[in-house]
Amino acid sequence: MKVIVPVKRVPDTAGDKPIDPNDRTVDRDSVESVLCPVNEFSIEEGVRLKEKHGAEVTVLLVGPDSAQPIVRKALSYGLDAAVQVSDEGIAGSDALGTARVIAKALESMEWDLVVFGNQSADARTCLVPAAVAELLGVPSLTFARYLEVDGDKAIAHREHEEGWDVVEAPLPAVVSVVEAINDPRYPSFKGIMAAKSKPLTVKSLADIGVDPASVGAGGAAATMYAFEPRPPKAAGTVVEDDGSGAAAEQLADWMTEKKFV
Amino acid sequence: MIHTLPEEQRHLLELVEGFARTEVAPVVESYEQAHEFPRPLFDQLGAMDLTGLPFAEAVGGSELPYTAVSLVIEEISRAFLALGLGLSVHLLATFGIDRFATPEQRERFVPDLVAGRMLGAYALSEPGSGSDAAAMVARARRDGEVYRLDGIKAWVTHGGVADRYLVMARTGPHRTGGISAFVVDADQPGMSVAPPESKIGMWASPTAQLVFEDAPVPADRLLGGEEGQGFRVAMASLDGGRLGIAACAVGLSQAALDVARLYAGEREQFGRPIVEHQGVGFLLADMATRTEAARTLVLSAADRRDHGFDVTRVAAMAKLFATDAAMATTTEAVQVLGGAGVTRDYPAERYLREAKILQIVEGTNQIQRLVIARSLATGSAR
Repeated sequence: MKVIVPVKRVPDTAGDKPIDPNDRTVDRDSVESVLCPVNEFSIEEGVRLKEKHGAEVTVLLVGPDSAQPIVRKALSYGLDAAVQVSDEGIAGSDALGTARVIAKALESMEWDLVVFGNQSADARTCLVPAAVAELLGVPSLTFARYLEVDGDKAIAHREHEEGWDVVEAPLPAVVSVVEAINDPRYPSFKGIMAAKSKPLTVKSLADIGVDPASVGAGGAAATMYAFEPRPPKAAGTVVEDDGSGAAAEQLADWMTEKKFV
Repeated sequence: MIHTLPEEQRHLLELVEGFARTEVAPVVESYEQAHEFPRPLFDQLGAMDLTGLPFAEAVGGSELPYTAVSLVIEEISRAFLALGLGLSVHLLATFGIDRFATPEQRERFVPDLVAGRMLGAYALSEPGSGSDAAAMVARARRDGEVYRLDGIKAWVTHGGVADRYLVMARTGPHRTGGISAFVVDADQPGMSVAPPESKIGMWASPTAQLVFEDAPVPADRLLGGEEGQGFRVAMASLDGGRLGIAACAVGLSQAALDVARLYAGEREQFGRPIVEHQGVGFLLADMATRTEAARTLVLSAADRRDHGFDVTRVAAMAKLFATDAAMATTTEAVQVLGGAGVTRDYPAERYLREAKILQIVEGTNQIQRLVIARSLATGSAR
């Protein structure tokens, strides 16, 4: 079985994400980049498929050459090889453009299953996995909190607000996973060392047959018209207990209003 | 030195820092209060290849220099001394076995230790034989295909939780040449473990006596296949063991500095953070200086070891200086925290209790001075 785990480089999730006013994208030079946290879960799922089914797992990253440490980081968990699509024409792509690049890259590779994270920590659209499946004409099982491969089909528990549905699809298929799916392991020191020498193939848009006009800022279907910094956190409400029980009532009302209960 | 590490060692330290911060630090108090060895954390160290860093690739190790090993032990000890010291002791036992084993024994006994599938321990001291290790009386008597072990080994770190012990016992009357080393596993018939000692600190690191009563240890577990090598094994292991404890002490000093620095920046008196009061600021300055000096000495000693120099003197210096520094630094951390420092709401009081242990284990600091003084009398000027 061949599995592809697409991963993303994102700005450090703990820091601010300044927007460059000129092209209205995140100013990546001013923040540290990290492997998207949700990818730790999709990578772990890849490692488990490797352990259970002997799957050959390849990392796929769309991003500039400077994102290579992120590819190596992904490989350090024990995956086999990596493909990176790097092309200046990709800059400024929206979710659809990104999906087009990934879909074309996948067409140039052999695979049975693609395991995405359900959403990236920066854009949080949740659109790319389903869009890729649609462009490729294969089934998509999104928001999986459980994944199993049984012969030539994938079975997933698709998470939603009231629980989950058991869904299945024949391979090849695209899956996206949520953080509840597993408990990711740490990479091992030898894994980190081995990652440096694992095969990494860098491809351009031309290599995978993408029309440059269909991606990048020019090919974007979405347009950002305005942006503003996140407002500062508002002061909290202090509920004081005067011994009468009114505080408990106030607290309960607040929790009900906020739909915590 | 820490700022000029090769790339692979920087990656290693990042891995360890992340693990220590997210997986280790949050569970320290629960293990300490339960007086329980954090075996799941040790298992994770094994899965991350951290339990055999200095050993040959042939036995599953990573062939990393002891400078890197010291920094790893320091970082883990900074989060949880019982775990950092556990790793140090495990490496000490593994080193002794690996270094003196026959090829067949190495293949049989070392890989499980290197991979962290087994936890190692080291049994040298006895109730009547501590600093004077050659005064040991535990006996191993050859009886056909086995050695029959009798006697008590004391102060064994990981006693009762280890899987494999490096045990010294007497096979002959010669004070040092009559001592042999054995590889004894936890399921050894005739070996029992006494209840752990009730200590001042490091409650998550059990210290217990091993009691041998006519225990039949197969003769192929005589380390090196030759009697009389035990004292050499013990002494060769001790240099590394002392460096390990010194690295633990640097981690503990750093932890004390961390908590004191944080507290002094937040606590306000007379309208400003107490770190801005010179009396407190100077305490922190001394703590940081001492910690950095200890770290530098430990790394310098480890570097010499990596380059094949005799490190007996400098390892003793590192152990002496770093553990005395930890005692001073942790005492001052309690002082910086004031009233909060003497409560169990903060870890400062625990650090202080733990530092005292480090001045005593792996050769008391008086013994370290003796080692240094003797080497000055007979060896080179520096």
